[in-house]
Amino acid sequence: MSAAAPTAMQQGLQSCEACGLLSRPAAGEQEGHCPRCDARLHFRKPASVQRACAYLVAAAVCFIPANALPVLTSRTAAGAESHTILEGVVLLWSPTGWPLALIVLIASVMVPVAKIAALAFLLMTVQQGSIRNNEQRVRLYRAVELVGRWSMVDVFVTTYTAVLIQLQPLMSFEAGPGLVFFAAVVVLTMLAAESFDPRLIWDAKESSHG
Amino acid sequence: MHNRPVSDPALTACPHCDLLQRLPQIEPEESVRCPRCNAELWRRHRDWYPRTLALAIATAILYVVANATPMLGLSVVGREVVTTVFGGAEYLWNNGWESVGALVLFTVVVAPGLQIGFVLAILFGARGDHAPRWVGTLLRCYRMICTWSMIEVMILGVLVALIKIAELATVIPGLALFVLGALIFLIAAMQALLDPRELWRKVEWADADSRQALAGHRAEGSTP
Repeated sequence: MSAAAPTAMQQGLQSCEACGLLSRPAAGEQEGHCPRCDARLHFRKPASVQRACAYLVAAAVCFIPANALPVLTSRTAAGAESHTILEGVVLLWSPTGWPLALIVLIASVMVPVAKIAALAFLLMTVQQGSIRNNEQRVRLYRAVELVGRWSMVDVFVTTYTAVLIQLQPLMSFEAGPGLVFFAAVVVLTMLAAESFDPRLIWDAKESSHG
Repeated sequence: MHNRPVSDPALTACPHCDLLQRLPQIEPEESVRCPRCNAELWRRHRDWYPRTLALAIATAILYVVANATPMLGLSVVGREVVTTVFGGAEYLWNNGWESVGALVLFTVVVAPGLQIGFVLAILFGARGDHAPRWVGTLLRCYRMICTWSMIEVMILGVLVALIKIAELATVIPGLALFVLGALIFLIAAMQALLDPRELWRKVEWADADSRQALAGHRAEGSTP
């Protein structure tokens, strides 16, 4: 079925990622410029898998200190107390506060883990030249793109809590080093998703047929 | 070196699976999806230009109000603390977390501001049948900036913080909080209405010769 569905690349055509125009590079050339918007054109994003892998490994490494180091320190007359993200979730968990705890848990722990796992899965299957579940895999990629930015929630929660609770010497909150690593995880996974070229999912199918 | 455009302007490739296909002519309020991967290729809206313009002007006004008025305050034992949207970034920057401060500033102040400004400039540049080259440049930047404009994420974060703080002190929601609540819906509507395909059709080509050649080719093709 897919043999009858040619791609632009098979026809030697490049579609512009910026403006969508379809154009043909000069004979023998792999790269060119879009005649309409002047963007650099490639058949596929250059070094897509390598770049996405690099961002993803960096994100996975940052994820460890992001969860091990405190994101918030509270100082009261009784002394200072530091909380990591997970400890913050436990603190929020109460008979009335559990929906908040759930939002933070999903946005800051489950979403980043799921994103890293999903992108790793996509990169692996693309490298292996998998031809199975292409529709599901491209849907997974679109979900990762859509959901990624919502992990920033915890950065904003921590920031605006710390800004407001400055009631020295009664009680004050301070942001902690975990926040830097956590923000890095969010940015790096977003960059990894952007570097990945979903068209690679479909290329394997075609080459295995012809 | 510029590529040569294909002679059939309806021919297009899906950005998510590269499937080559011919875009059908659709009516307003209709959309086209890729038959293989189901990505939305084009959606048309009735009167998209005046509606997008109205939304862009409204979001610009709300954006100014949201950044100029206090967002959230708290009062406890006679003391009051008030913060604006910008106050979050300022706090992080002044307390040794410059990198996160810059990220917060970019995602909640700079990126949304640029996003709204770009739409206004693009619509102004494309008010006639032909748009100058810089409209194309802004369209490219606009697409990149959208992912990093995170007002709606910030609102969720602020609401969680607000409920958390409410256990410790009296929370005073500021004008900006309500304005931001309206702003996220208007920005989403503006983003959905803007039709990049229509806009690109108006933009002047980087390689003017190939467009003329293309127009000539099309004229020949259409005469029987």
